[in-house]
Amino acid sequence: MSTYASPTPTRWARFRDSYFLYSFKRTWSAQLCLAIFVSLVIIAFLAPWLAPTDPYDLRQIDILASELPPFWIAGADEMYMLGTDAQGRDLLSIILYGTRVSLIIGFGAVLLQALLGVTFGLLAGYLGGRVDALLMRLADIQLSFSTLMVAIVVGAIVKATLGSSFYSEYAVLMLILIIGLAEWPQYARTVRASVLAERSKEYVDAARVMGLGSRRIMFRHVLPNTLSPVFVISTVQIANAIISEAALSFLGLGMPETHPSLGSLIKSGFDYIQSGSWWITLIPGVVLVVLVLTINLLGDWVRDVMNPRLYKG
Amino acid sequence: MNRVAQAPALDSQIPAAPEQDRQALLEIRDLTKRFSLSGDFLEQLRFKGGKLVRKQEFVHAINGVSLDIQRGEALCVVGESGCGKSTVARVVMGLLSPSGGEIRYDGARIDSLSSRQLLPYRKRMQMIFQNPYASLNPRMTIQQTLEEPLRLHHPDWDRQKVRDKVEEVMASVGIAPDWGKRFGHEFSGGQRQRIAIARALAVDPEFIVADEPISALDVSIQAQVLNLLMDAQRDRHLTYLFITHDLAVVEHFGTRVAVMYLGTVCEIAPTATLFATPRHPYTQALMSAIPKLEDDRPQHIRLSGEVPTPVNLPSGCVFHARCPHANERCRIEIPRLIAKEDGSQVACHAVEEGRL
Repeated sequence: MSTYASPTPTRWARFRDSYFLYSFKRTWSAQLCLAIFVSLVIIAFLAPWLAPTDPYDLRQIDILASELPPFWIAGADEMYMLGTDAQGRDLLSIILYGTRVSLIIGFGAVLLQALLGVTFGLLAGYLGGRVDALLMRLADIQLSFSTLMVAIVVGAIVKATLGSSFYSEYAVLMLILIIGLAEWPQYARTVRASVLAERSKEYVDAARVMGLGSRRIMFRHVLPNTLSPVFVISTVQIANAIISEAALSFLGLGMPETHPSLGSLIKSGFDYIQSGSWWITLIPGVVLVVLVLTINLLGDWVRDVMNPRLYKG
Repeated sequence: MNRVAQAPALDSQIPAAPEQDRQALLEIRDLTKRFSLSGDFLEQLRFKGGKLVRKQEFVHAINGVSLDIQRGEALCVVGESGCGKSTVARVVMGLLSPSGGEIRYDGARIDSLSSRQLLPYRKRMQMIFQNPYASLNPRMTIQQTLEEPLRLHHPDWDRQKVRDKVEEVMASVGIAPDWGKRFGHEFSGGQRQRIAIARALAVDPEFIVADEPISALDVSIQAQVLNLLMDAQRDRHLTYLFITHDLAVVEHFGTRVAVMYLGTVCEIAPTATLFATPRHPYTQALMSAIPKLEDDRPQHIRLSGEVPTPVNLPSGCVFHARCPHANERCRIEIPRLIAKEDGSQVACHAVEEGRL
């Protein structure tokens, strides 16, 4: 009867009995999305072993084989299943590598945003007063610069001081930094708003009366109750980050042509769309849409599951 | 109520420091609390007659409240909404910092302590909140909720000891130990309030502030929870500061009653005395509002007007505008609490002068 007498269940046993798994087994859309998303991630990260060619290796690129159509259109070369781009790179390989770059930038940037935004939002909302005023004005200032402007400024400074080869070499890191720094106020504001709502609830008073320190109250009591909106905006933000990166690449501020992301692939194919080579833009575009859509649908499902009030009570 | 007679008996059961029996457990002296309505500095600046002036407005929630709470008693604070009774509770517990005055717990001042310095007192004084639907963290299981204060205040206890204590305290408030792994929202209001009481009792406090602990509950549950609180008082020698607006509860529960009006205490008296002979005009009006079975033509004392706003406090006695016995002195001079021979204290010029 008593739960204390029984040995503590293992992590796996607890997971097996959890509502998380239970709900997952009964939500076909979540299963489908997770399957697609996980296979995209696996394929993207195994690109060096899966891709037919290495698009970063100039010796494997044949300029004469440029703009070949995908296999179902007449004139295709069976060596290039999804055709080739304007430089003669195998589109399938380059998409795999590009998806990997996009995923790394998207998740990296969102991780940075969330780290900064959640911390600042929590501090601003819970401590209030001067800390709140300072952090929120900082957020306002940050929001008044668009991501593009931050990218241009940071890019210009880095290129001027460290050289443009350095910038291309560390482009992924740079983009994570730029998108992460540019968008943290989204998190900070959302978290602050829900912290303000949670802070006035009596369980926070009860924790204070108990004598718990501010840090423990903030991270143990308030933060878990503000995570639902964080999950929701995270999905939007991953999509946003991937799209921001595409926009930056489109303007030549993002990934260099030699290490393209999905965004730079769309951009590079954009010039050829009028000449009939639509696949160079469309296929990476479809991959991007599928990627963003599965992330969003998964995020929706996770939000439903993470809120115990929705499934119990 | 015979609880009046019980109070000194409880005192004598406390073995430590017998000479301190005379000393109140909690002393509140001239406590004031005001809340600014004017926002930050820039928002306070106004143009008035071509000049820039700084204008600040305050809500005067508590205006000079003095209370003594004796060991073992249950002091009830009653008053209508907005009279500052909850604010008193929150200031006592250190959830709000007072604007003025002193709070002494067991002889030591606690109103200006840092949260670290307050920690030893947190173990001795606990609070039960009004709304059991909001006072439990929705993301924590009952077990986690109850273990948290123990882990904080007894860092040297091992897992088993913490669990044993949780089990004991759960049993003492009548909740089954296998509820521990469930979440707060899976329970009804009365069950949640039991859990909240268990959380307060977990650290073995001697003093409990209860801020309207039963007013959010179903009437059928109120008596159960009230009895639970009374049992806890008997078994654990607790002292209560009990905030309520329900006079029936006061009569059942309170050793002494303090009646508050607009941030001031107008009368403190032993429960039986207050109900038998209310002295302050406001208390009299309050008592006459209790519905009684025996009379079919109730003699309500009808007060005219509204409670004045606590932003612009009336001069003198805060009650003078609505008091049928007010005279010139009441409009100018703030009445002090004056002790009467039957143990009650009344803040009223008319009572002091023998006009009433």
